[in-house]
Amino acid sequence: MTELLLIFVSAVFVNNFVLARFLGICPFLGVSKKVETAVGMGMAVIFVSTVATVFTWLAQYYILEPFQIEYLQTLVFILVIASLVQLVEMVVQKTSPALYQALGIFLPLITTNCAVLGLCLLNIQKTYSFIESVVFSIGAGAGFTLAMVLFAGIRESLDRAPVPKPFRGVAIAMVAGGLLSMAFMGFGGMVKG
Amino acid sequence: MLTAIIAVGAVALFFAITLGLAAKKFHVEVDPRELAISEVLPGANCGGCGLPGCSAFAKGCVEGTIEITGCPPGGAGLVEKIAGILGVTADASEAEVAVVICQGDNVKAKNKYKYLGIEDCNAAQQIAGGPKTCPGGCMGLGTCQRVCPFDAIEITEDGLAVIDREKCTGCQKCVPACPRKCIVMAPISATTHVMCNSNDKGPAVKKYCTVGCIGCTLCKKKGSEEGYVIENFLARVDYEKKAEDINAGIEVCPTKCIRDFATEGYPEGSKLVMPNSVDQAS
Repeated sequence: MTELLLIFVSAVFVNNFVLARFLGICPFLGVSKKVETAVGMGMAVIFVSTVATVFTWLAQYYILEPFQIEYLQTLVFILVIASLVQLVEMVVQKTSPALYQALGIFLPLITTNCAVLGLCLLNIQKTYSFIESVVFSIGAGAGFTLAMVLFAGIRESLDRAPVPKPFRGVAIAMVAGGLLSMAFMGFGGMVKG
Repeated sequence: MLTAIIAVGAVALFFAITLGLAAKKFHVEVDPRELAISEVLPGANCGGCGLPGCSAFAKGCVEGTIEITGCPPGGAGLVEKIAGILGVTADASEAEVAVVICQGDNVKAKNKYKYLGIEDCNAAQQIAGGPKTCPGGCMGLGTCQRVCPFDAIEITEDGLAVIDREKCTGCQKCVPACPRKCIVMAPISATTHVMCNSNDKGPAVKKYCTVGCIGCTLCKKKGSEEGYVIENFLARVDYEKKAEDINAGIEVCPTKCIRDFATEGYPEGSKLVMPNSVDQAS
């Protein structure tokens, strides 16, 4: 149990996907203009990364390893994730328009997101068990959401701040992102892994 | 080698069939206009519109929840395309540009107090109705400049918003952004405007601004009866009237409040300077 908790905390804070591993920077900069959309994107990532982890874990241990084709890991994982997200999107759009409104529009954006793929590959690299993988993916998604929401909050305030003209817009967002990442370095070394 | 091809092929085939079936079973009708707009959009999913992707923007356009001018990378060309798809043709009437109807910058018009709060006109307006004594004058804090998707508004050194008529596309985003309603739309051919937005009586205007309209009605009496309308001690140009009628008022205006951009160019001092930088330096 402690082990699982450590994996979760490590994924959220110490090895935050966005701010420590620098994965998923595109949505981090792209969809962080409003806290509201950042939360939506974060929720979608938690959802997709968990589902993707389940299926890629199964693909790794029941398809790739028995056939000894681990070298096709990246290809198969992308195939699995992309198809899965498409499928989930269709199902959600039809069965629950309300959920689609909240999550669905973010799904196409994360089909081949590096954070999701990176997470699936890390699960295998670290030889996590099935349960550990799922906990790790939820933690990674939560960490992503945390980073997104913090950053969106900062950017909303930046819009009202007297930023010097050459720094306005993306430039100041990059600076803020860098500082936020440095703040998260404070967690470094608290949990190994 | 063969196992690899078969295994990966089988996985791919499985997903292809599943997706194919799902697409039929879970088919949802989408507004064809939405698809058409999605096709003309840049498709970069940059999030510049504030929405999470181009398809969300297309949906917003069809539903009318977002302005069709909201796509910064698309520019003016895209706006026309979307307008064509939605059937909101840029109607037969003449194209309009925005005009800041104020020329009372921090030198020509008085301030009640020195505002040092966050740089936003709406925020400043909350504090005793804004620093500018004139209730309708431009405060020059650049709220309109920041909402302009086409970079067509500059704030002058002395704190006054000025519209670049060549860049302005008439999207009207700045009109509701101004808490003092001192940006109005005017036909692009109209170059003469009454550069004042104060409804105060003449003596009151004179106290706080050297270039405001005092409602003396000379433009109407000595200039042209036709070209001007005077309401609440403020003259305004009737843009539907002839240019010579309107221009007759320029010379007679005692406060030089009626200005013709065609002969004078832009108001003085339209050098690009940060708003508030003068305050911070002092």
